[in-house]
Amino acid sequence: MRALFVRELRLASRVGGGALTGLLFYLAVVTVIPFGVGPDLKLLARIGPAVLWIGALLAGLLGLERLFQQDREDGSLALLLTGHHPLALVVMVKCLAHWVATGLPLIVAAPVFGLFMNMSAEGIGAVVLTLLAGTPAITFIGAVGAAVTVTLARGGLLIAILILPLIIPVLIFGVTAAYGAVEDPAPFLPPFLILCAITLFFAALGPLAAAFAIGQSAE
Amino acid sequence: MNDLTAKRASLWDLANPTRFLAIANPVIPWLAAITIVALLVALWMCFSAPEDYQQGATVLIMFIHVPAAWLAMMCYSIMSASALGTLVWRHPLADVSLRAAAPIGAAFTFLALVTGSLWGKPMWGTWWVWDARLTSVLVLFIIYMGLIALSKAIEEPAIAARSLAIVTLVGFVNIPIIKFSVDWWNTLHQPASVSRLGRPAMDTAFLYPLLMMALAYTLLFVTLHLMNMRNEILRRRVRSMRMMAARENEAA
Amino acid sequence: MKLIVENLAIDRGERRIFSGVNLAIAAGQALVVTGANGAGKSTLLKAIAGFLRPAEGRIALEGAGEAELREHCHYLAHDNALKPSLSVGENLLFWQSYLGAGPYVETALQRIGLAHTIDLPAGFLSAGQKRRIAIARLLVSDRAVWLVDEPTAALDAASEKMFARLAMEHVAGGGILIAATHQELGLKDAIHLDMGAYTGGVSRTAEMQ
Repeated sequence: MRALFVRELRLASRVGGGALTGLLFYLAVVTVIPFGVGPDLKLLARIGPAVLWIGALLAGLLGLERLFQQDREDGSLALLLTGHHPLALVVMVKCLAHWVATGLPLIVAAPVFGLFMNMSAEGIGAVVLTLLAGTPAITFIGAVGAAVTVTLARGGLLIAILILPLIIPVLIFGVTAAYGAVEDPAPFLPPFLILCAITLFFAALGPLAAAFAIGQSAE
Repeated sequence: MNDLTAKRASLWDLANPTRFLAIANPVIPWLAAITIVALLVALWMCFSAPEDYQQGATVLIMFIHVPAAWLAMMCYSIMSASALGTLVWRHPLADVSLRAAAPIGAAFTFLALVTGSLWGKPMWGTWWVWDARLTSVLVLFIIYMGLIALSKAIEEPAIAARSLAIVTLVGFVNIPIIKFSVDWWNTLHQPASVSRLGRPAMDTAFLYPLLMMALAYTLLFVTLHLMNMRNEILRRRVRSMRMMAARENEAA
Repeated sequence: MKLIVENLAIDRGERRIFSGVNLAIAAGQALVVTGANGAGKSTLLKAIAGFLRPAEGRIALEGAGEAELREHCHYLAHDNALKPSLSVGENLLFWQSYLGAGPYVETALQRIGLAHTIDLPAGFLSAGQKRRIAIARLLVSDRAVWLVDEPTAALDAASEKMFARLAMEHVAGGGILIAATHQELGLKDAIHLDMGAYTGGVSRTAEMQ
């Protein structure tokens, strides 16, 4: 399993791996917002956590297609089925590696984008923390979408449509907790804990459902 | 299990669908007739209901709107049950039922959204509010559209069936979470700024027409579902025949 | 160790690909599966590898311990399952650690005559070389049942002979080989199975002595 994890990371970091694409997309989304709403620093600071979250969400959705598609195209997916480990565990490891390769860079970059949005240090810290807790959920539940669309040549958009409604809770509690840390009356801990609970729940549900879908569609 | 595999062994998996058609074909005209009568009765009851002292004539929208929202949810439950049927028992009709129900559910959800919006204009002074219920229904609508898009995207019927079933079930598990989070989100952002109907209990003058309308809607759903299932089965037969024809030509 | 296939039937979608396939292949035997396009050669291999659920019948590996059949199978499909951005060595090392231990990667590469490519990205190799690397994958993990689908596609005559030699060594060492192919593989004493006989609902038995 460690070999699989290392392989996934290597693949993501080599040429054509796509880890950088997601990051650049994130940058593009965050940069576009001020052009849309105007350079009002107060307003940007107020919507900053939401913008960082929505950008991370969209960038996270963007890369999901790669989760199984390439392994299927070159025949690796079938061989992964003949391993000694339960398929759900294999999917879990692939999800974790995918998150480390594509999700973690977004979170590392988020503070810089937070400065663009004129956010306070406290607010940036809160966004980073909530992204850390929440973005794995996108990968885990996204694995289901990636698994059922793996037979399609261009499944990327379809994954986004299928997954978007399911990750609305992640967005709600992520942004709520981020605001809770900076705005006084709003609480931080309850939404943050719910966010963690959602991530853990998706960590159990996603790989199981995705493994089932892959096992079914193996040809 | 052996019975099941024996049935699956038949050439086009027609054993069950054929029996279904044999039952559905004579039932559908009767069901359609009953549905029309029920709809007419329900409409008559609605229009003869008294005007609401607060809302005036706009209360009529409720009779269209509320049953549509109910049906939207019921339809998803039926689809989830069908999804279980596909995955656990691999029943060929379960997939037909799931596929046939999706557009109908989407239509009821759309109806609920549009009528909700029309109702909102006189009630709240705006076409749309991010009220918890409207928002949940909107999310449900997106889920329906995603499922329909998925069902159209995958060519191979067996794979499409299982993929649809898995996504339907995962969506079903998520609906309570989505509902809960939208409620939370709504109470956080709009503390009681939107006034719902402030009545503790509904007057029977409104309740009976509403229930009658709900019954008519349910009949309408069953009729449409059966008709769409019949179409789906016929569509599959055409597909099988075309594939057979393609192979025969190659052999010749 | 013995691979048993009993009265096997496979459906793809609504179509029955084949039915009534019976096989019994003991350790040290090779089976060559032939038949026209669409006769179900690849489907049979996939079924044995455990990717497809039989509509009827069963597949079992007797005398091979607890593990499931798929964990004893080496599956070589049309695709080579090589990542172009990883080096040949990285590709093979990954599959070795994922599929199970076996001889050194360097040894395997020497046996297929591509030892010099170990540090090259797999994307730089020619189609024939990639196929040989995929064959080397069979060598780096010790698995008893080789399921190979058109193994010599894209290979030149010398490489075909090399594959035949490696396959015979595997079989002589007590392994099982099942090859689906249009081409003559040059496997001595191999059993032949014509899938054409099992499609269209006709059922026959190909029992081995």
